[in-house]
Amino acid sequence: MAKVPVQFTLNGSEKAEFVDSGTTLLHALRDKIGDTSPKGGCHQGTCGACSVIVDGELRLSCLTLAETCNGAAILTTAGLAEAGVLHPLQRAFLDAFATQCGFCTPGMIMAAKVLLDHTPNPSRDEVVEALSGNICRCTGYEPIIQAVLSAARSNSQNAA
Amino acid sequence: MALALQTFSTVRDANAALQAAGTRYLGGGTLVVRAANEGDVSTSSLVRVTDPGLSQITVSGGKARIGASVTMAAIARHPDLASLAPAARAVGGPAIRNMATVGGNLFAPAPYGDFTVALLALDATVSADDGETPIEKFLAGRDGNRAIVTSIAFALPPQGGFRFLKVSRVKPKGISVLSIAALIAQAPDGTVTSARIAFGCMADRPMRAVAAEKALLGKRLTKDGIAAALAVAGEGTAPITDPIASAWYRAEVLPVHLGRLLLA
Repeated sequence: MAKVPVQFTLNGSEKAEFVDSGTTLLHALRDKIGDTSPKGGCHQGTCGACSVIVDGELRLSCLTLAETCNGAAILTTAGLAEAGVLHPLQRAFLDAFATQCGFCTPGMIMAAKVLLDHTPNPSRDEVVEALSGNICRCTGYEPIIQAVLSAARSNSQNAA
Repeated sequence: MALALQTFSTVRDANAALQAAGTRYLGGGTLVVRAANEGDVSTSSLVRVTDPGLSQITVSGGKARIGASVTMAAIARHPDLASLAPAARAVGGPAIRNMATVGGNLFAPAPYGDFTVALLALDATVSADDGETPIEKFLAGRDGNRAIVTSIAFALPPQGGFRFLKVSRVKPKGISVLSIAALIAQAPDGTVTSARIAFGCMADRPMRAVAAEKALLGKRLTKDGIAAALAVAGEGTAPITDPIASAWYRAEVLPVHLGRLLLA
């Protein structure tokens, strides 16, 4: 199987790898580059655990081929904390008990980040809609919705 | 088996590569890569086209042409396609909508393909390098299709003339129990002068509700006026059975939801 070069930025740093043609972005990130924050859940586009941000848009890395991401800017949950300080969304998830087993958390946080990047003060309905492609089997969703709303509030307080 | 991806800058070159056995076209990946992840070994090679023309939306003179690579998210946010936004938003969650394309939706087997239900009600035309095909004919022959779809064109519905409904069990988003799209024209007194209705999940692909369309002509959209259409709504349907719903259930609730859509 022919290897193909893949080059993109991951959380701001340049990455270049040779992968088998047809390799998913999820596989490249986890098994080639070593960023295990996106999770492989259903591999069908149903659960959202593998969600990452590609050029500002939420994507499912399990259904995206790595070689279609050449030149892209990719963000994952592993890149959110700065100098050991958690991102406000990560902090809010902890404080609101929005994480139990933790498997859906990175996907939820990426979906929430895209929402807050475009809509800093979302309504509850907008949060629910933004998370509608992500499945959580532990929390019943309410703590996650509250965490996103609380991160939005703390962002706007910091900005004021 | 591993997949190999071939990237072309023109549809013509990609069409030539698609003739090889075991080759499929890669749009947004939500059908094709999913199948590969599920263990479908019938595909060994994927073909894609990077021509930016495939991602264009043009709206002029009351007509819309949507490139095959345009995503559901791009349709949902386009100011001139507001009447279609509910159908585009009915597809998947936000990540799926950033990936799933109009071209791919034409090939999505039930229970997927909700957007194509809308396109069928709008009597869209499907374009490929070898010409244009009315969507109904295209859907009937889609399994044997080997030419890359380049765009879909349709007349924009008049304000209030187009209705769309997707029924799912999970809120706010879930896989379709069924979906219904209806393009209805009414005389000033409310009498239906033309009706084109399409169903999703009531066969293996989107289908027209020909009997219901006929039964609506000359009627008003009232409880009594639509009764005849609801009575024949199931004519010609062969609903799918899947983990979302049985064929029996889909057949039972179809008239209920068609009624709600027509009275809305």
